[in-house]
Amino acid sequence: MVMVKRYLTFTGAWIFKNIINILIYPPLFLKKIVFLLCLWPIISMGFTFFTNNFGANPVNEIIHHFGKWTLIFICLTLSISPLRRITKSNSWLLYRKMLGLFVFFYASIHLLSYTGLDHHFDWNIIVEDILEHRYVLVGTAAWILLLPLALTSSQRMKKILKQNWIKLHRLVYVVAILGVLHYLWLVKKDLTQPMIYAIIITILLLFRIKFKKN
Amino acid sequence: MKKIFSSEITPETIYNSRRSFIKKLGFSTGSLILSSSFFLNNSSQAEERNKLTTYKDITTYNNYYEFGTSKEDPSINSKNFTAEPWSIQIEGEVDKPITVSYETMVKDFPIQEKMYRLRCVEGWSMVIPWMGFSLSHLLKKVSIKNTAKFVEFESVYRPKEMIGQKSNILSWPYKEGLRLDEAMHPLTLMATGLYGKKLPNQNGAPLRLVVPWKYGFKSAKAIVKIKLVKKMPVSSWMKAISQEYGFYSNVNPKVSHPRWSQATERRIGDSIFSPRRPTELFNGYGEEVSNLYRGMDLQKYY
Repeated sequence: MVMVKRYLTFTGAWIFKNIINILIYPPLFLKKIVFLLCLWPIISMGFTFFTNNFGANPVNEIIHHFGKWTLIFICLTLSISPLRRITKSNSWLLYRKMLGLFVFFYASIHLLSYTGLDHHFDWNIIVEDILEHRYVLVGTAAWILLLPLALTSSQRMKKILKQNWIKLHRLVYVVAILGVLHYLWLVKKDLTQPMIYAIIITILLLFRIKFKKN
Repeated sequence: MKKIFSSEITPETIYNSRRSFIKKLGFSTGSLILSSSFFLNNSSQAEERNKLTTYKDITTYNNYYEFGTSKEDPSINSKNFTAEPWSIQIEGEVDKPITVSYETMVKDFPIQEKMYRLRCVEGWSMVIPWMGFSLSHLLKKVSIKNTAKFVEFESVYRPKEMIGQKSNILSWPYKEGLRLDEAMHPLTLMATGLYGKKLPNQNGAPLRLVVPWKYGFKSAKAIVKIKLVKKMPVSSWMKAISQEYGFYSNVNPKVSHPRWSQATERRIGDSIFSPRRPTELFNGYGEEVSNLYRGMDLQKYY
């Protein structure tokens, strides 16, 4: 009995230790799995499309779907540094670039569904919309700010830009704030959803200030 | 008065079969539909303009914050709402306040089918075959004093049955208002049903206002009280964000919502490859209602 108990404790500890290890030092192959998981917004939208499960307003549904996923990926990207500090493991950095590029990817689909699907690339209307309505303006600004980040995401650019690369990529903080403002200014009255993102992003940004002080 | 003839309207069954036909053809037809729309003649343009929205879309895509703020919430959360028995109190600047029961109203007033376009302030629209009677019939039941200039509508307050009323997203009960002449206008409808059926709970059962030339939120649902008043009433939306939602809220492509454009609208049920449609002044009912606003600055009185 005592043996069994000791054995169970031992096995339990072993499993627990390994789970912690995988979490803290994720092996490389996990990156491929994470990549596939990152495609979920596309897969789920494809599913909705082919089962025609859109509801009454498909175009809005598509725009909002990719808008929300852009914000989710911004949150994921911003949580890499805090996770790295908390777990004292650098392996999280493995995913940062990929997640960042997914932010750009989903932001682009979001923008494309607004310009293409909703407005049929009618640039007169689109430009007027951008200039006259602050929520469209900050959204567009956020996407434009993502452009240099996506273009300089390679290792080569990182080496060329050196210290400037770090400075440049701090733009993602601005993108995060603009992204949340974009959502906050869009909703009619119920701020619950955008406030959830606002709170998460605020916490993630506060982490940075705390690190600076330390 | 310009009527939408029933011959201009595609019945839901034919409409649906047409839709499934289009769906079967697959995506490639998307562009085909787009290009063919250039060659539509006038009669099919009228048909396009007033093609009925499906019963499913009308009853699952609703703004009815008493039952939650997302579009599908009302259809899910309104199942246990009790719409019977029901009565409306009429009070305020009248000689003698009265209470009229739902049964009296549907028995005494002529119930007509009215196909109206509905334009939401959010930039989407539907065409709905309402059943109902002109509000003027009900208002003529009381003798209105000369001092009455506006009409205030109050929706039901029942937080036990209406989950959205447990939060303070708007001030409850929901209130809306019209100028007396707007309320007496023959287009102003008290709807008791749609598609020949009793009004579903999520659409404002058992009876609601429909003012087709104004944004949808003006058409208060589940009305329990009508008050004739001297001064312009303050609606729930005016109280919430006065700079964005004015008292008149007439559909007007040239007066933007402060945060988004009102120039175009997306018709519910259109293919995802369809363009938005241009929004019409007074939602296309200008011929009937523009005389109500003669000489008025519509930019100022939005």
